Amino acid sequence: MSDTHAQTVPFVRETMLPPADPPLREAGAVRWLRENLFSGPANTVLTILGFLIIWFLVSHFWDWIAHSVWNADSLADCRRIIAETWGEGARGACWAVIRERWNQYVFGFYPVELYWRPTMAFGLLFVALTPVLFSASVMIRRIVLVLTTVLTLWAMTVLGAPAVWLAFAAVVLVGALAVSERRVSWLLVFSILYPLMGVWFLWGGSAWGPVMVLMGPVLGWIAWRLLSGLSPMAAAVAALVVPVLWWLLYAGTAARDAEALVSLAIPAVASDRFGGFLLSITIGVAGIAMSLPLGIVLALARRSDMFLVKSLAVIFIEFIRGVPLIALLFVASLLLNYFLPPGTTFDIILRVIIMVTLFAAAYMAEVIRGGLAALPKGQYEAADALGLDYWKAQRLIVLPQALKISIPGIVSTFIGMFKDTTLVTFVGLYDPLKSMSDAVRASTSWKGIYWEPYIFVGAIFFLICFGMSRYSMYLERRLARDHR
Amino acid sequence: MKTSLFLGSVAAAALTAGAGMADTLADVKARGELNCGVNTGLVGFAAPDANGNWTGFDVDLCQAVAAAVLGDPAKVRYVPTTGQTRFTALSSGEVDMLARNSTWTFSRDTDLALDFVGVNYYDGQGFMVRSDLGVTSAKELDGATICIQTGTTTELNLADYFRANNMSYQPVNIDSNAEGEQQYMAGACDAYTTDASGLAATRAAFADPENHIILPEIISKEPLGPAVRHGDSNWGDIVRWTLYALIAAEEYGVTSANIEELSSSSQNPEVQRLLGTTDDLGAMIGLDKEWAKRAIMASGNYGEIFAANIGEQTPIGLTRGLNAQWTQGGLMYAMPFR
Repeated sequence: MSDTHAQTVPFVRETMLPPADPPLREAGAVRWLRENLFSGPANTVLTILGFLIIWFLVSHFWDWIAHSVWNADSLADCRRIIAETWGEGARGACWAVIRERWNQYVFGFYPVELYWRPTMAFGLLFVALTPVLFSASVMIRRIVLVLTTVLTLWAMTVLGAPAVWLAFAAVVLVGALAVSERRVSWLLVFSILYPLMGVWFLWGGSAWGPVMVLMGPVLGWIAWRLLSGLSPMAAAVAALVVPVLWWLLYAGTAARDAEALVSLAIPAVASDRFGGFLLSITIGVAGIAMSLPLGIVLALARRSDMFLVKSLAVIFIEFIRGVPLIALLFVASLLLNYFLPPGTTFDIILRVIIMVTLFAAAYMAEVIRGGLAALPKGQYEAADALGLDYWKAQRLIVLPQALKISIPGIVSTFIGMFKDTTLVTFVGLYDPLKSMSDAVRASTSWKGIYWEPYIFVGAIFFLICFGMSRYSMYLERRLARDHR
Repeated sequence: MKTSLFLGSVAAAALTAGAGMADTLADVKARGELNCGVNTGLVGFAAPDANGNWTGFDVDLCQAVAAAVLGDPAKVRYVPTTGQTRFTALSSGEVDMLARNSTWTFSRDTDLALDFVGVNYYDGQGFMVRSDLGVTSAKELDGATICIQTGTTTELNLADYFRANNMSYQPVNIDSNAEGEQQYMAGACDAYTTDASGLAATRAAFADPENHIILPEIISKEPLGPAVRHGDSNWGDIVRWTLYALIAAEEYGVTSANIEELSSSSQNPEVQRLLGTTDDLGAMIGLDKEWAKRAIMASGNYGEIFAANIGEQTPIGLTRGLNAQWTQGGLMYAMPFR
């Protein structure tokens, strides 16, 4: 080879030609337009139609949005400003109503000086969710927790939270950040405690109530430990019965006595002060958190071999799915009052949460059953072949795969449920969309305003639902184990 | 209203057993708070402001009753009720009284086991049209499209009226007042019909009220009044005579400004009895001597309440009309305090 000179081969080029530019129609914006918008006759027609629609919308509504007024006392004031600025007959959006009433859309009639409490509860919600939703990597946890810490503390300061509570929130948030750097599963303890804590922050009252509720499982555990040496069966029964008995018989009085001894009360806020997104998010989060486990249990029950369990699950699911949510809400708000003994006050928000949870759980069960059915039979048989018992097989092999398949359906159910929380308007609760807007319109200053509140509330709903949807897509990518 | 009738009947059936023993007055005193059912939001009648404080014509009646019974007009918990939940909220005991622009009708008074204790606003259904339509009377609305709220008595009144006058109309069904306004403004209907007070409030909120007229015909009677449960007549008496005290106060010229002076110096025996200067009328309904005085002091007499919330000086601008004192040609007539 070495004696063959390059020069002796005349047709080999020594230097590369500079690459020519691609043809104009195959590069840059033109190519993108050609490929995506005008790739064929049908596509071209659709593109033109789409542009026409956009142009139609913008040309009709542009002046309305451009003539926005943010500073005014009333609708009449808005109209005056618009007429003065853009001439007689001009129309414009009057966002001043949002500026004046935004707090009612967010917090309902919650006492203004206590706005920091729901804010803190909302911030800590993300801490509680971190080990569940953002456990993938330290980086993601760090981003979520740092953002949460900064925003929560900032919002609490702006809303005038007392220094003690600011310090409390700071300790919890920074502590959570430190813990999540090292071992995120420890944060699960906080997640388990959070529901009681959140309820206490939102409704206030004595801290002994939640503490005594928490005592139930603790006592159950003690009973289980004491009896497990004697008889496992008795221990299991006691572990279930003792907490229930405690809650029903003693928790209330114990909380009152403890409160009398050492007062741990913060100002109580009644349920009728809740409204707007505070109400929607409270119902939505509680419903989501409870309907998923309930839905899983129902789905497993429906696929069970045991006749009674299966029948009950089928009856429950089909009944709930066959009844409109509004009917269930009416039952919660009206009929339950007659069935309960006179004098019992059963919180209306709690009643609504229960009904919404049951409703979502029935749909959830069917979504998850779809996931279970999609799993190849071999997976079940493999679990049996490994000698796993029913619960281990479900926990280790079946459910992780079935739930992964069901993620889009589960999140759809969540999103649907969250939006359905606006239906509480029919039982006299102040949902952000209709009741709150009607209440705002009932003041003489804002009577006659129509689109602005809807657009504002719609935008916030969109943000939350879009966030959930993006998260579900992220989760699907993260959990993807195949290379389809 | 089918739903509320049905649920109301269930309520009535469930309540008959315990009704005889009910003592709402004692309950309210023990609770230290009056649960008052109000509208979720009706301009001028009941609406929460930016701070969540309720104001309005109906709200002032709740405050007057709270002042009479508990001595403090602020001790009211307002329970917002919708058209569907209002009567069941009352019959299930969730609220002690209803001050929610509800029409006093035969079936509600009897079948739903409510007691309407009086009328605080005489309303009636009217029509609003654009003035360029050239219509000056509801009789000329033959063939018109009309925006009408579904599931209300107004829907039935409209059908009755057009049938009686041998005319036809095209209904455009709407769900709420706000939606009705929007449809009417967008030209989806020629006329908008609802209670005359609502029409006036709606018209006042338009950018161009001068281009819309409210037709002179009032096609129905809508006596709106506070209601209590069947079976507790004493509580009904308290609410009824609190309302009468407000009306009588206007008749006798007792206002929130001069009430202190009159209670010590008035020579009018009616005023003396009303304000508890002489007779002890309060004891007969389980209250103290000065109950009516406190009720009037809460937000003024009937005329003051009317003027402050819905009267001609407010943006709603309703004239007294039927709601003037009987001495002024209206229907407001308080029974004698004796």
